[in-house]
Amino acid sequence: MAIRVAFFVTLALGATVAWGQSAPIVQPGAPGTATTTVAPAKAALAVPKVADADVVFMQGMIHHHSQAVEMVDLLRTRGKSKDLLALGERITISQSDEMRFMKEWLMERGKPVTMAHDHAAHMAGGGMPLMPGMLTSAQMATLAAAKGAAFDRLFLTGMIQHHTGALDMVDDLFDIPGAGQDPVMFDFATDIDNTQRAEIEIMRRMLKEIR
Amino acid sequence: MKRTLTQLGGGLALALSFSVSYGQAPTAPAKPVTPPRPPSVYSNPRSDASDPRIGLKAGLHDAGEAASGMEKIATLPKPKGFAPGDPGTTTAPPPTEQQGVGGEAPRTPPQQYGSANTDLAFSGNHLFVGNYNGINFYDIDNPGKVKLMTSVLCPGGQGDVSVYGKLLFMSAEAMNGRIDCGGQGIALPEGYKPPPPPPPAPEGTPAGTRPPRRPPPPSPDRFRGVRIFDISDLAKPKQVATVQSCRGSHTHTLVVDPNDKENVYIYISGTGPVRQPEELAACSAGDPDKNPETALFRIDIVKVPLAHPELAKIVSSPRIFSDEKTGAANGLWKGGTHGEGLQTTSQTDKCHDITVYAAIGLAAGACSGNGILLDIKDPKNPKRIDVVSDPNYAFWHSANFSNDGTKVLFTDEWGGGAQPRCRATDPMHWGADAIFTLDKGKMKLASYYKMPAAQTDTENCVAHNGSLVPIPGRDILVQSWYQGGISLLDFTDASHPMEVGYFDRGPIDATKRGMGGQWSTYWYNGYIYGAEIARGVDVFKLKPNKYLTQNEIDASNQVHFDELNVQNQPKIVWPQNAIVGRAYVDQLERSGALPAARITALMTALAGTDKKSAGQQVGLAKGLTKDAGSAKSTADGQRMRALAGILNTLGAARR
Repeated sequence: MAIRVAFFVTLALGATVAWGQSAPIVQPGAPGTATTTVAPAKAALAVPKVADADVVFMQGMIHHHSQAVEMVDLLRTRGKSKDLLALGERITISQSDEMRFMKEWLMERGKPVTMAHDHAAHMAGGGMPLMPGMLTSAQMATLAAAKGAAFDRLFLTGMIQHHTGALDMVDDLFDIPGAGQDPVMFDFATDIDNTQRAEIEIMRRMLKEIR
Repeated sequence: MKRTLTQLGGGLALALSFSVSYGQAPTAPAKPVTPPRPPSVYSNPRSDASDPRIGLKAGLHDAGEAASGMEKIATLPKPKGFAPGDPGTTTAPPPTEQQGVGGEAPRTPPQQYGSANTDLAFSGNHLFVGNYNGINFYDIDNPGKVKLMTSVLCPGGQGDVSVYGKLLFMSAEAMNGRIDCGGQGIALPEGYKPPPPPPPAPEGTPAGTRPPRRPPPPSPDRFRGVRIFDISDLAKPKQVATVQSCRGSHTHTLVVDPNDKENVYIYISGTGPVRQPEELAACSAGDPDKNPETALFRIDIVKVPLAHPELAKIVSSPRIFSDEKTGAANGLWKGGTHGEGLQTTSQTDKCHDITVYAAIGLAAGACSGNGILLDIKDPKNPKRIDVVSDPNYAFWHSANFSNDGTKVLFTDEWGGGAQPRCRATDPMHWGADAIFTLDKGKMKLASYYKMPAAQTDTENCVAHNGSLVPIPGRDILVQSWYQGGISLLDFTDASHPMEVGYFDRGPIDATKRGMGGQWSTYWYNGYIYGAEIARGVDVFKLKPNKYLTQNEIDASNQVHFDELNVQNQPKIVWPQNAIVGRAYVDQLERSGALPAARITALMTALAGTDKKSAGQQVGLAKGLTKDAGSAKSTADGQRMRALAGILNTLGAARR
């Protein structure tokens, strides 16, 4: 008997998952105005708007992040400080995950993961332009030639420069009207700001310690 | 009836465990070449492959589930307006800004999980569930049969909610929020053409030296800040005030001043970009060295007159990061400048969330790169009294105090919540809780805790919101880990936190990343409510296991809140009765603090109701008080004293 009851209720519980419930849907107005009732048929979720600037931001940030991953690759064989190695691993995990996130975001919206040709065409060799804060090829070469404590210092100053550029990119994004209205996009961009700002602070502490 | 339901729980758990073998973990990313350094303090170990949470079947509404110490009793999917749009009703995006960046014609962006559920607030038998698109009100009179009452459409993200009497508060921070709660977002001015993307900087341009920015056109319709609703009529809440703030409100904290019956206060934590002064007067960003009025490096405090909530406004914006000696607003960075073209704009300049604990006059601020402790005896003028940082911490996110105020637990939301940070390759002390002891206003790191079951690469997972479970004699937190599920953790011993229960579902999607999982899970009057971002509202109750007895659960059910806003942490007080006493006895038995014969005697004495047992009760209390001082742990000593207090109360009542 007990088993039977249990079986029956299990079925019922499983079913609630699909049902959901309905209740009056209301929309408040500005203070001082009335709250209105919304017909269920009109309550469908608004589609988040995707602006040009959002797409360009994502494409540019993928490019930007890829350099951080390259820099950590150098750190693994050339760096000295164990704390810095650990931080480098965290940066590379963060930025690799975010690159994947950005690629998926673009692909789901039918956008290419690299910038349109006309944005990059004027650059020598047709490659993508350097995004704010990215190390120049000369800076990267100097970094790759260094080792030990000298490498650590160059890595820290370079990564601080690199991350600061990401903060600029986020600022630039939100300066563009209509950008960042998609909540996923808004959260992602503010998370980049939060994470990299905190990492910059950690790196500045490290830089002070190894001097 | 109750009994049948309890038994049913066992049946369900069995049924669920069948699904374990289905799942498969997608390939994990490359393992870090350099293993991170072990932390300087204890960090709980990852559980092994036999953990039932590993390999759960994926699915939005039919995922495999595993639970211990708690059982799910109800799930209610998100309602219309919050759930994914029905096919055909979702309108195509307007053909405005899409062209020119390459790619196909714009598609409808994916929103298969609807808008995200976020934070929870409770009042009487009502549950308020925040959402990026508004708030849903639920009747929880019968928690097993939660009933949707009203859906309120009012987008703005994140929709953090608090309730006080007939007032409901809601955070808005996004660019699309409107004063009138409209869902259409902010339209660009007539004929406005978006500027071309900025030209690439020449090679070698130092970061942070870009040209002055063009401010976007201001909008009188945009709302970023804290909304206040009158919910006297739960079927028709009215917006009575919109308190705008420079960075919007990512989260907020209700603060009740015991000495002020006429007002309540709201601490606004804003993490978003600062608005232009053209849109909201007196808002400007920048380094405090160059702009003393900067909206960075502060929190905003709203005073809400209870008789006239429409007059609510920001009354102070304390610079809680300032240097005590120099007064510099960016006082938490003491490293000075480094030269070499480095900027000085990267200090902690905001709080993500603040938990106030009025009973001890303190607040814990999880503020970007720091955890800070505030004296809030004067709620309008919080004063920073301590600050900590941690090289293992990416982003200080939220905090909970232990009930006795001797510990504070911070969370690190490494990756912001949308990234999978609980994989077997992610270190256990990253994206974890950090537990600090708190003594005379000083915080000291004691340990890290992370939900121990490795999650897949498609499950967003990191430490998130939780609340205390009022089990007397122990510090137990029920905590959300996004798609890592729920972890019940015991941090009674601040140096050795341990998991005592959990609930987890398989990934929403086994092949690609989806934003889902538990945003907030809070204990409220005998039940645990979860705001599942994608799947809806979950209701759980505690269930005895190896680490949790029925007596302890019964004791927790002796606690009742009339209202609960977790970031306005209430002081838990247990009644002095035998039910609570039995929880202490179970704990003293579990830790081996007392021999079996004494445990039996204590249980018998607690059950006694006559005059004779009163003598036994007082006698046993005397022994406990004597032995408490030599108990092998502080926690056991405290349990003995608390139990002695109960026995004395019981004994005295019958003399």
